[in-house]
Parts: sequence; C-alpha cells; structure tokens
Amino acid sequence: MQNSPNNILVASGVVKTFPGAIALNAVDFSLRRGEVHALLGENGAGKSTLIKCMTGAYRKDSGGLALDGVEIDPRDTLDAQKLGIGTVYQEVNLLGNLSVAENIFLGRQPRRFGLIQTAEMNRRASALLDQYGIHINVASALESYSVAIQQVVAIARAVDLSGKVLILDEPTASLDAQEVEMLFRIVRGLKEKGLGIVFITHFLEQVYDLSDRITVLRNGRLVGTRDTVSLPRRELVTMMLGHELLAVEKEPRQTGSEAGPVRFRFSNYGKAGSIKPFDLEVRKGEVVGIAGLLGSGRTETAELLFGIEKADSGTAEIAGVPANLSSPRAAIANRFGFCPEDRKTDGIIGDLSVRENIALALQARQGWARPLSQAEQVALADHYIKALDIRTSDREKPIRLLSGGNQQKAILARWLATNPEFLILDEPTRGIDVGAHAEIIRLIEDLCAKGLSLVVISSELEELVAYSSRILVLRDRAHVAELNGAEITTDNIVNAIAASSVNKGAA
Amino acid sequence: MKFAKALSCATILAACTFGTASAADLTIGFSQIGSESGWRAAETTLTKQEAEKRGIDLKFADAQQKQENQIKALRSFIAQGVDAILIAPVVATGWDEVLTEAKDAEIPVILLDRTVDSKDDLYLTAVTSDLVHEGSVAGKWLVDATAGKACNVVELQGTTGSSPAIDRKKGFEEALKGNDNLKIIRSQTGDFTRTKGKEVMESFLKAEDGGKNICALYAHNDDMAVGAIQAIKEAGLKPGTDILVVSIDAVPDIFQAMAAGEANATVELTPNMAGPALDALDAFLKDGKAPPKWIQTESKLYTQADDPAKVYEEKKGLGY
Amino acid sequence: MDSAKRLGRRLLPQFIALALILMLIWMVFPAFFSLAIQNGRLYGSLIDVLNRGAPVALLAVGMTVVIATKGIDLSVGAVMAICGAVAAASSVRGDPLVLTLVLAIGTGLLCGLWNGFLVSVLNIQPIIATLVLMVAGRGIAQLVTEGAILTFNDPGLIFIGSGAFAALPMPVIIWFVFGIAVAVLVRRTALSLLIESIGINRRASTLSGIRTPVLLMAAYMLSGLCAALAGLIVTADIRGADANNAGLWLELDAILAVVVGGTSLLGGRFSIIASLVGAMIIQAVNTGILLSGFPPEFNLIIKAAIIVIILVIQSPKIETAMTFFTARTKGVDKAEQQTR
Repeated sequence: MQNSPNNILVASGVVKTFPGAIALNAVDFSLRRGEVHALLGENGAGKSTLIKCMTGAYRKDSGGLALDGVEIDPRDTLDAQKLGIGTVYQEVNLLGNLSVAENIFLGRQPRRFGLIQTAEMNRRASALLDQYGIHINVASALESYSVAIQQVVAIARAVDLSGKVLILDEPTASLDAQEVEMLFRIVRGLKEKGLGIVFITHFLEQVYDLSDRITVLRNGRLVGTRDTVSLPRRELVTMMLGHELLAVEKEPRQTGSEAGPVRFRFSNYGKAGSIKPFDLEVRKGEVVGIAGLLGSGRTETAELLFGIEKADSGTAEIAGVPANLSSPRAAIANRFGFCPEDRKTDGIIGDLSVRENIALALQARQGWARPLSQAEQVALADHYIKALDIRTSDREKPIRLLSGGNQQKAILARWLATNPEFLILDEPTRGIDVGAHAEIIRLIEDLCAKGLSLVVISSELEELVAYSSRILVLRDRAHVAELNGAEITTDNIVNAIAASSVNKGAA
Repeated sequence: MKFAKALSCATILAACTFGTASAADLTIGFSQIGSESGWRAAETTLTKQEAEKRGIDLKFADAQQKQENQIKALRSFIAQGVDAILIAPVVATGWDEVLTEAKDAEIPVILLDRTVDSKDDLYLTAVTSDLVHEGSVAGKWLVDATAGKACNVVELQGTTGSSPAIDRKKGFEEALKGNDNLKIIRSQTGDFTRTKGKEVMESFLKAEDGGKNICALYAHNDDMAVGAIQAIKEAGLKPGTDILVVSIDAVPDIFQAMAAGEANATVELTPNMAGPALDALDAFLKDGKAPPKWIQTESKLYTQADDPAKVYEEKKGLGY
Repeated sequence: MDSAKRLGRRLLPQFIALALILMLIWMVFPAFFSLAIQNGRLYGSLIDVLNRGAPVALLAVGMTVVIATKGIDLSVGAVMAICGAVAAASSVRGDPLVLTLVLAIGTGLLCGLWNGFLVSVLNIQPIIATLVLMVAGRGIAQLVTEGAILTFNDPGLIFIGSGAFAALPMPVIIWFVFGIAVAVLVRRTALSLLIESIGINRRASTLSGIRTPVLLMAAYMLSGLCAALAGLIVTADIRGADANNAGLWLELDAILAVVVGGTSLLGGRFSIIASLVGAMIIQAVNTGILLSGFPPEFNLIIKAAIIVIILVIQSPKIETAMTFFTARTKGVDKAEQQTR
C-alpha cells in the first residue's frame, strides 16, 4: 500500500522527540491523489507535530518522507512549498492590512522593470479567485473580509504556490455553517483536480461530510487508517479516546422554573448599536443557553451582561436589588465570571504560569495590597488542576503551552476560584478536542448542580439541548425566542433561528 | 534701492549733523539660533545692548535651532527693508539662495560667531573667534605658569568630533610644542557638560595615582572645568594649587572659582560679537569702506590677577 | 529559600556579564579594585561605578515596571532636567530643603501622571505619548532655569549629590535603598503579578477584574518619581541645574539597562534587581572606558561592541543551546524550555 502509485505523499516510521517527550513514535501516513484525508486525535496526540514534520517546520529525527515516490527532506516551510506541499492554518497567517491580491502574490508579485504591476497582479488574483467561485474586490485589504474569505484566499495562495498537497489545519474552527459549506465546496473542487488534501478538525460531522479516509493518532502513535464510509462514529471516537465516550446527548433536564426564585433579572437591558433591549431571568442552579448564528448578537449579549459594554437601557437586579454592572470589575464584585469566546486574546495571559492564571481574578478582586501567598496560590492551582483535570506537566508551565481545552479549563478555574454565583461561558467547547469537550459539559452540569447560575453561549446545539434549562434564541442582534421544557430540541432552535433568516442572502 | 537710500541718508546725516552718530535711526534684523546655552543668551543680551547703545532699532528673531526659521526670518527682514542683517547661522550649508536675495535687495549681511560655506561676496563680513587661537592662548599660559618645571597635563575635550573640540585641542598642542616639560598624559571627552567633566576627572584622578601624578588640567570649556574642580576637591586635593586649572569661554561661574583660588585661568570667548560687527557696519555705511571678510574677536586671557570677583559681577547679569 | 534560588538563577547571566566586565577592566587597569578611605568615605573606581551609575539605576527601576506593562518611557531624561531645574530654582529662592525636595519629587510624579494619562486614558501608544514630554521637557526645564546653568549653594541639597553616609556616597545609598525597596514592594504584594499580567495581555487582564488604567498610571508615576530622584542627584552633584544636558540620552541607557537585565521589551516578566545589575554593567563599561585611556573616538564603538556581546550571550537562542547542552549532559530536567 505504501508504494501504491496512487499515493502522492508517504511518511513512514516518522520519529520526532523533544527533550523529555516523544512526540511521534514511528508513525506511518499516506495520502492519495484526489482524496481528503482527515487526521484526527485528541490534543497532544501528535497531529500538529506530524504536519510540521511534513511541512518542514520541524526536522524529523528519523523515518522517511516521499513525495511522488521521491524521498524528500524539507528544510523549512518555504522548501516544502516549493516541493508542492502547502499549508493553511486555523489562524490565517496572512497580512490583514495588505490587499487580497498582494497576499496571494506576496514575494512573487509580477514585475516590470523592477516595479510591481498592481493592475496585472489584481487581474491575476481575480482570475484565480474566480476559479473558486469567489468574486470580490481583490484590491481591498484582506482584513476587510470575513475569516471564511480569508481562509479561501489562504487556500488559493497555498494551492497556487504548491499544487500537490494541501494541508488544512482546523480551517473551519471559526466559521459558521454557510461558510463551512462554501469552504467544503472549494475543497471538493480541489480534490477533483487531483490534489491530496490533509484535513484536521475537531468537528466529527465535518469529517464524515468531507473526508474519504481517516487516520487517528493517539499519544504520538498511529492508531489506524480507515475508510470513512466503513468507520462508525462510535468506533472513531473510541479510536481517538481509547475508551468509549460517555453518551453526551441525554434527555433534557427538568425546567428550572421550580428550582427557586429568580436571582438575576435583566429587564429591557440593551445597548444601541450592539444588541436590542432584552429580558433575561436566571435562577439559582439554572443553565440558560443562548443560541444563534455568528453575528446574531450572542457575544454582544455576554459582553453586556459582564459590563465590558455599558448598557444604555434597562436595569439589572440581583435578588431584587439593583446592581451596578458598569465594568468587568463591578460585575466581578457582584460575583460574576466570564469565560470569553476568544481565549487567546481575551482569556489567557499566555506567558504566565497555569498557577498565576488561575489565581489572577481572585487576586485582582482582593487588590494588590493583599497578595495571595505562594502557598495559597499553589493550593488553589493544585486543587483546580485536580478538580477540573487540567492536563499540564507542571503548574508553573506557561499557559500558552497548554492545549485549547486545558486553557479553557484553567480559565474556568480562574473564575471558580473567585467563588462566583453567575458564570457566563461564551463558546466553552470551541476548538477543543472530543475528550475535553465531554469534560467541559460535565463541568457545566456539576456547577449547575452546585447552585451556580450559568449563561452558556454555544453553536453546538446538541450541547445546549443537553444541559440548558431554557434557551434564548438570537437573530440579527435581538432576542427572538425563548424555549422552555419540552420545547428544547435542536429542531426548535434551528426553526427559531431560521424563522426569518430565509431572506438572508447566501455568503 | 533701500540700501542706496540708507547709504545716502547716512551720508547726509554724517555730513550735516554731529559726526559719529551715523548709525542712529538704522533698523537692523538679528536672527539668533536660539537659547541653547548661557553663552548664547549672553550673546543675545549683548547684541541688544550694543544696538541700544548706538540707537539702532534691532528686530530680533529666535530660530529655535531651525534653519528654516532663520531663512523665514531673513526673508521677512528683507521684505521689511531693514538696513542690515546680523545672523548667527545654525548650520554652515544651504544659505546661498536667501543670501543672494539679500544681496539683490542690497542689504548687507554680517555673520556672527559661525561661518557659512557660501561664496564670500554674499555677505559683508563674518565676526567669529578663532578656536585654534583660544587653545593656544590657554597653552601659552600654562607654558608660562609652569616655567620649565615638569608637568603632566590631563585634557577634558569637548564633544568628540565637534569643531571647538578639534580646534581647541590643536591650538593647545601647538602652544605646548617644544616644551618637553609639559606632557598630555590623558585626554578624554567630557561632552562640554559639568556632569561628564566631573565623571571623567574622577576617572583621571583614579588612573593617575589619586591625582598625585597630575599637575594641570586643561578643559575645552569652563563648564567641564567647574565639574572637574568638584571632583578634585572630593578627591582631597586643592584645585588651583595641587592641580592647575585652565579652561576656555570665561563664563561667570569660572570667575567665582578663580576668586576662590580653585581655577587659575580662562580664555574669553566673547559673547560680544555684535560690537565689532556694528563697528564694521558703521564704517561701511559711513565711508563705504568694506571690512575684511573675517573679523577675529579678541581671545582675552583672564587670570586670578584680574579681579575675578569683579568680572563675575559684570558678567552675571548677561544671561549666562 | 526556594525563591532566593530562583532569583539567583534569573540573575546568573547578568552577574556573569558584570563579572566579565569587571575582570576586563581589571586587566587594562590593575588598580581598579583598590579601595581607600578618603575624607571619611570609601574612595576608588569601584565606588565610582556605583556612584556614577546612580541616575541610570534609578531610571531603570521605573523603566522596568513601565516596560513590564508593555510600555516605554522616553521622557525620563527630560523629566530629570525639569525636576533638577525645579529643585535648583526652589533652592535659589531660599526654600527650606524639605520643600525643595517635595517640589522636585512632586514635579516628577506630575510628569508621570501626564504620561500615564496619555497612555491609559487616551490610549496613545506609549512611545508616542512619552515622546511628547521628551521633546517638550527640556523646553520646560529651560523656562525654569531661564537658559542658564542655575547654581545653588544649599549644603543640604548638595549633600544628596556628593555627601556620604556610612562611608558610601549618598547617590549609591539612594539608588540601592530605593531600588531594593521597590523590588521588595512589587514582589511582596500582588503588584508584580498584576503588572506582568497587564503587560502580557491587557484586555484579558481587564476582563479578569484588574484595574488596568490605575496600575498603568501608577507605573508611569513610579517612572516619574525615579526620574525626579535621578534629576535631584545629577543636579546636586554639579551644584547646578543644566537644563540642556541633565539626563540627556539617559532614557536610552535606562532602556538598555532593562534589556541587559533580561526584561523583554514586549512586556511581561520583569526583574528590577536584574535591571539594577544591568545599570551597573553599563556604568562599569563607561567607567572602564574612561580608565582605559583609549582616545575618546573609540568610546562609543567599544561600548557598542561590549553591549552587543552581552546581549548575544543573553539571547534566548544561546540560552536554549546552553540548556540543550546541559540537558544532554545532566539529563532531561528542563524539557519545556526547549519548546520556546
């Protein structure tokens, strides 16, 4: 099989060690012409290390790598690109302030007499993007387009440069459903042209939707390569986790209406230009889910509740007493906590240790003059590392070195350390591998059982259905529906979201 | 036109009224660099005083260290039709155009304190001191003061590469030539500042056996000497006695040190550039006698014998 | 015990650099380490290094904290000139020493407040915000001194610059006590954690409930306070306020001291003690050059060459190579450093 002429890229027995850790242990991987090959595994399984070895970002310690049957050893990503291997990452690594055309032709702009021919470049960029069914003004700055368009631009550049193998590293993590569909259409087009495509994602639906074969890695070893059609979902999850995942989807919880009196009441709460005034009531021990498409006002709602944006209408009451929520600090004083959607920019303090990240919010509330002692911080960190099963080799490790799921848990720990009464979680399971996913959901349910009030924003509707007592549906920056009790089903949510968005044009 | 009129007017005045007051009723523009140092402030004060003494209406323009401001000032003087222009040019280059404009308007221009690299028919004369000469006056004083005795000299240079530092060093070395009793054993830059003068002198003292090996200090300006004097005192030596101190500029503070016996001599870089300049202008306007293209100001030597306390009182009010 | 060990490891490259510099000076100037008592105070080149390094050491204290917040304070040199001018003017007017000191230090704090306001409230980039005062500051100082070097004779004020206590020059005592006090203050309270947090991720810090604007303002005010103390010292040292030259270019030396001390200009982790050592490294280089007797034309080249060598030695690449080397020999104990 390894020598099948249909194989375009073959890695055999790849080993990569870091001091103290074996990242890849004799991993085999083969990619065929004209296939989409999903590379799966939990965080830390070795997916990105394998990718980096294939694209020259890392030098493998031993093992072989052959492209079109010829042994290669790319020195760096540029070298790999020249050989024909292009990569597109989750965070588009293009230059947002340059034009679309400049991004596509960066470093190889058409020149005449040493001068860049902008018109020629724009013409060629337009022609290139037309092949992908994208018709945009290529002279505009890249950052003026959505992440999805930026992804397509990145793909266009990579394919134009390389043309044999395309590696997509979590390309869909920040895209909405329509955008994902557009991206998949493009990927299928490239597949028709005979490119070999490696696809890394956390979304299992997308794996089944798009891929032809699946390779699963676990703890730096190859678990197996299978054809997608003959691999049941449950078996795939088992391959990834090494054990059966607890059934995530279960019957909806009882409605929280009898759980107690309303503790947090927001009436006619809103901010002009951000989110239309809405009413929200949260009881003790209740999870209120918020559903809606990207841009529907989900994050805006969260930012308003946490005081990041100041409400310009309505009132907030806690246990019947008016509350000041004019800033995050004020919200925290009222025992609020907020796990933001964009962990990297809004959540983690990357260079600080896991311990310091966990202690931060409590310390900020106590003030600088009353420091938590080293011992207290260690106790706090160790407690939550254990309680939330945060996987880190060392509590003193900089948090940026942790995987997404563990970062998310650490931020959750940061808030739990402040002993909150009201937690806002914005996309708590985004970009997190399957195992951590289930753990976060379990945590949400535990917290709720302990009497916390939660507001959870998620685009994973099954999740919302599983743990929410009530669900608010948002559309076009307004709260449009509330689902209670038996009404809480994914179908109903989709219907509520879709109710009038039919007149919304395709992307 | 204007120039001719002024000339005839001045001639008439000279002819029919009392002889020497010919400069009276003149309007003169003065473009000053700025007020970056006490010396420059004194130059401004003295220029104003000299003009007032002669009954001249002086139009003063401060350029804040910018050539473009000076060019603007000159153009405005030309437009106002002044009778003559004094300018202390901030840089040496880039003056051809505006000086030609002045020449076309027949307004004589006199350069103060610094020169330009334009052709010398574009200005009437330049009044400056001779930096090399200043250094040699200081050197000659030291030669006389030591009178053949062996003497190790340390030198505090000005900012490395600046023309005062280069020329004052050159003049001093020329004056010492042939006097083998005098040896410059250390030479380091003190950036013309008191702080650096003090710091560098401290290191000289450490490096030369606690200062016992040093017999004289030559500083390229008084400020460095003032700083060095403090360093010498803090090292337990007597400046002016254990270590002779000679410097250049003659700012008021060095006279205080001289009065206290802590400094020995200073060479004056006179801030009165306007006096000789206005005298030359006067002669030119009166008799049409063109002055030489370079008027060298006097580099006067002051020692402890020149009643430094009195000189201090005189100089104190000039804005140093 | 544990934290002392960690501090030792953090400061090791700085101390090695300092030791190398001192050895180098000793080789060109053998009397470098000799100390004597003169006029009841220690006297020697080593004392000169400590004494002359005072202004940069003080500035480096404030600069370290500002840089830790991902900022920079270019105005400190000019603020030194302003505070020195204010002190001299006050002394000449005949104010009591205490009032003179209060005025000078108050001026420094005010300058810091201005910078902090521009940075934290108006959200102007620190390099631009502090450039304002850097440019305007000397003009303000000149207004105070009226263009001249304003000399004074108050023995109390002079004592700050050239007096001695317990055989040590006052500037040495001031920077040492102040530097250690600030270092202890930020480490013993939660300030270091909060400041580092702001420097690494300002938005996330605000969302965690940290009073970002207040702390930013405080950092710039600390820098202003340090500049005021440094300004007092240089002014007292020459018994006169030199508006044109006091603290000229010292902001760059202070930034260099912080960098040599191993604090990243990108903000975050910082060490005030390391910056103090960095300031001493820079001053040792300066003093060494003066003692060496090389012609002044070589001063800047020698200084630049030495600084480059120090920075190369401390660069993460070299550090990684060293760790790799020691990891190979001593076994794998610090594996995660590799992933940086």
